[in-house]
Amino acid sequence: MRVTMTVNGRPQEADDVWEGESLLYVLRERMGLPGSKNACEQGECGSCTVRLDGVPVCSCLVAAGQAQDREVTTVEGLSGEDGELCTVQQAFVDAGAVQCGFCTPGLLVAADELLERNPEPTDGDIREALSGNLCRCTGYEKILDAVRLAAARTGQAV
Amino acid sequence: MADQPRTAPARPGTSAAAPGRIPTSLTQGTGSATTKGGIGESTLRPDGILKVTGEFAYSSDLWHEDMLWGYTLRSTVAHARILSIDTGEALATSGVYAVLTYDDLPTEVKNYGLEIRDTPVLAHGKVRHHGEPVALVAADHPETARRAAAKIRVEYEELPVVTDEASATAPDAILVHEGRDDHHSGHVPHPNVVHRQPIVRGDADAAAARADVVVRGDYVFGMQDQAFLGPESGLAVPAEDGGVDLYVATQWLHSDLRQIAPVLGLPESKVRMTLSGVGGAFGGREDLSMQIHGCLLALRTGKPVKIVYNRFESFFGHVHRHPARLRYEHGATRDGKLTHVRCRIVLDGGAYASASPAVVGNAASLSIGPYVVDDVDIEALALYTNNPPCGAMRGFGAVQACFAYEAQMDKVAAELDLDPVEFRQRNAMEQGTIMPTGQPVDSPAPVAELLRRVKAMPLPPEQQWRTTEGADVRALPGGLSNTTHGEGVVRGVGYAVGIKNVGFSEGFDDYSTARVRIEVINGEPVATVHTAMAEVGQGGVTVHAQIARSELGVTQVTIQPADTRVGSAGSTSASRQTYMTGGAVKNTCEAVREKVLDLGRRRFGTYHPAWATAELLLEGGRVVTDGGEALADIADVLGDESVDLELEFRHRPTQAFDLRTGQGNGHVQYSFAAHRAVVEVDTELGLVKVVELACAQDVGKALNPLSVVGQIQGGTTQGLGVAVMEEIVVDPKTAKVRNPSFTDYLIPTILDTPTIPVDVLELADEHAPYGLRGVGEAPTLSSTPAVLAAIRQATGLELNRTPVRPEHLTGA
Repeated sequence: MRVTMTVNGRPQEADDVWEGESLLYVLRERMGLPGSKNACEQGECGSCTVRLDGVPVCSCLVAAGQAQDREVTTVEGLSGEDGELCTVQQAFVDAGAVQCGFCTPGLLVAADELLERNPEPTDGDIREALSGNLCRCTGYEKILDAVRLAAARTGQAV
Repeated sequence: MADQPRTAPARPGTSAAAPGRIPTSLTQGTGSATTKGGIGESTLRPDGILKVTGEFAYSSDLWHEDMLWGYTLRSTVAHARILSIDTGEALATSGVYAVLTYDDLPTEVKNYGLEIRDTPVLAHGKVRHHGEPVALVAADHPETARRAAAKIRVEYEELPVVTDEASATAPDAILVHEGRDDHHSGHVPHPNVVHRQPIVRGDADAAAARADVVVRGDYVFGMQDQAFLGPESGLAVPAEDGGVDLYVATQWLHSDLRQIAPVLGLPESKVRMTLSGVGGAFGGREDLSMQIHGCLLALRTGKPVKIVYNRFESFFGHVHRHPARLRYEHGATRDGKLTHVRCRIVLDGGAYASASPAVVGNAASLSIGPYVVDDVDIEALALYTNNPPCGAMRGFGAVQACFAYEAQMDKVAAELDLDPVEFRQRNAMEQGTIMPTGQPVDSPAPVAELLRRVKAMPLPPEQQWRTTEGADVRALPGGLSNTTHGEGVVRGVGYAVGIKNVGFSEGFDDYSTARVRIEVINGEPVATVHTAMAEVGQGGVTVHAQIARSELGVTQVTIQPADTRVGSAGSTSASRQTYMTGGAVKNTCEAVREKVLDLGRRRFGTYHPAWATAELLLEGGRVVTDGGEALADIADVLGDESVDLELEFRHRPTQAFDLRTGQGNGHVQYSFAAHRAVVEVDTELGLVKVVELACAQDVGKALNPLSVVGQIQGGTTQGLGVAVMEEIVVDPKTAKVRNPSFTDYLIPTILDTPTIPVDVLELADEHAPYGLRGVGEAPTLSSTPAVLAAIRQATGLELNRTPVRPEHLTGA
């Protein structure tokens, strides 16, 4: 089947999609957008987190056909047109929140969405919002630092 | 046909000739005019921006025009004879290009292994554990490959399983490997024992007679999984010369190469390996996974083949941490001094040897912890069983021992009515202490100081979960399950400290290689560093750039992708890479610097006497004297020339442990960390909330303080995981894995993980580059026993196994 959707503001289509393919597979293998990651492919780790019409979802649990005519935002869509990092991306780099980096794309999409709806999250809010995203390297402390830093920088910019 | 999956079309923007999304070199300046970007600074990762934009090329992102997908059929039973394999229907499936079994292996070399070549590339006649590779499929779509594999008919005749010491070493036990003739088979007490290492020093019997208190305990350590997030994956591309180019996530390219090439029947020069982006490792990538399988399929089909495990398969695709049973006896005098330790550590190595012999050596030699004990009687061994193979995981044998000896230290302290930290400090090792192996500790060993520091940190306030409205359940045991608002919740505090060796031990020729070039580009001196070091997330590429800046006085450094065109870097294991490949980069940079200075002397030596007489350095792009006087720009010294050297670096040689007494100078360096855990336990439901996990660690010299703290926090969290949640559950009757998924094997989330304050001590080891100490593993040791000690204090329970489950706390 043919699947058509808007990804990071651009129309995308894929042909010959088998009905069993996930949105994650189609993004990674058919649309050239492998930023969303495949750590578990069973909806437990959050590494494949994308926004579907603005809502964070595990793209491994969304059939590609379910994204037909909808808006998808992936980690590749977070930085600006000129390649400038968004606030959360820059904060992850600066705070040392990236080690192996495999969890990073999903965490960035989730953290970006958190700060959009809650610009001044408490630590408890951050932990709750990111509790669906596993990280095995950092022990999460630097990830908390990064989200706090991004919130502070966003606050200063307003 | 609608339900027939078809392959993806070519990705836009990728050329047909070359694979897509392969690693590129990383070039980094200092990022700021005010910093030098050298060692000791928290410079940022050179791959950080690629990793936050999604552009970093991991091994599962690899792509090639016309590539096929490989899939591995694995055994559904743990121990069985294979009576027949019928691949006919699978081969006839549309879209399938190849189905391979043992009979298709091209040479006489059909096994591989890190130390003992006992692991079949594909099962031959027999499977020895659940999930063993039996056949391979290559197809034009991953689902087609999976469906075809499901059509392969394997007829098994099940055999009895051996799953523990009693069943494996019974006189009539079925042998996991018949006709063993490896270098350990001659000294083990039973063919189902991979390796056994006793250590005897002093006279434990005589010392026991002096003891005022004697404490015994039996302990159980569950099977932990590395649970790296990036699944096993890679891309094998057949080459025109009959060889193969392999892009893969691994921990040691050259060790892989040594195992792969003979099976393929190719010289090592025709198996060209490049490290792809690695999504964590923690020991789980020391053994091969898809490497040989991918190459076999690529060479058979003549097409590039990509293999990516899913999480289910990943649980079968790598070895785990050895589960262990440990029996300890500690004695002490009334004044709080240890008299002796007797212990026996039985590690379950599973069906294949992997790193078991080395894990045994570590468990034995580090079995009494960082304490002074002159009279010891120690035995450690690893079994062959039909359980999943176990091998390397962060902490490598020292983790299981630390869990048990620290529980013992608390028990002895309680018997003596001493504070557990005070008791540890009275027995703490220091520089000059003799290890059970007879080896003196010849660099700082600040065990008492680390305990003092971690105890001195302010305790987190009581009942932090209390809010003006009631309770924030996110900070309570049970969390968002909303199981308590503080009722039945009791706090406990526990301490632990551990000792880990750094680098490969027991006489192994442990070396690393670095190639460094300096040249002038656009008027500026630029260094290029090329090693085969596996960057698995630890930040080796960051410190290599820092070292090159410090040693060569440049700002711009390019890190080349790791591959087998340069000499071996050894493994990203054993907390060794900053010491070893960092040391190799430093060593080569120093040699490059001498060449640059020689060039300078030849070109400019006559202009200033300091060229001949002064100690010269490269700093800020210039040649300067140790007095700070600038003699020339590096760019002028080099001109059109470049200096390019590749050199090996070794740590001090070590010795094997005597097979009977365990004596020998087996280790290179030690690393120490101490933890204090604060927990809150819902004693009614048996739920644990770790409130804080403070750590103090000596790192010798923090080359990158931000990365050091990140390592300590990450290692601490893996220790927390195996304290309260992580365990691969293997059915004792069938030896089958019951929870191969992130749904059933739980690793800590951000809600499970507490704040982790870290106090870093820097006492230089004069034998090591910059005085540094390997960092990565030590925090994984003491974290677990500290959490257990805290839960024991909160509940008064003995708790002799980890992980602790709710039923252990409620008696239900």
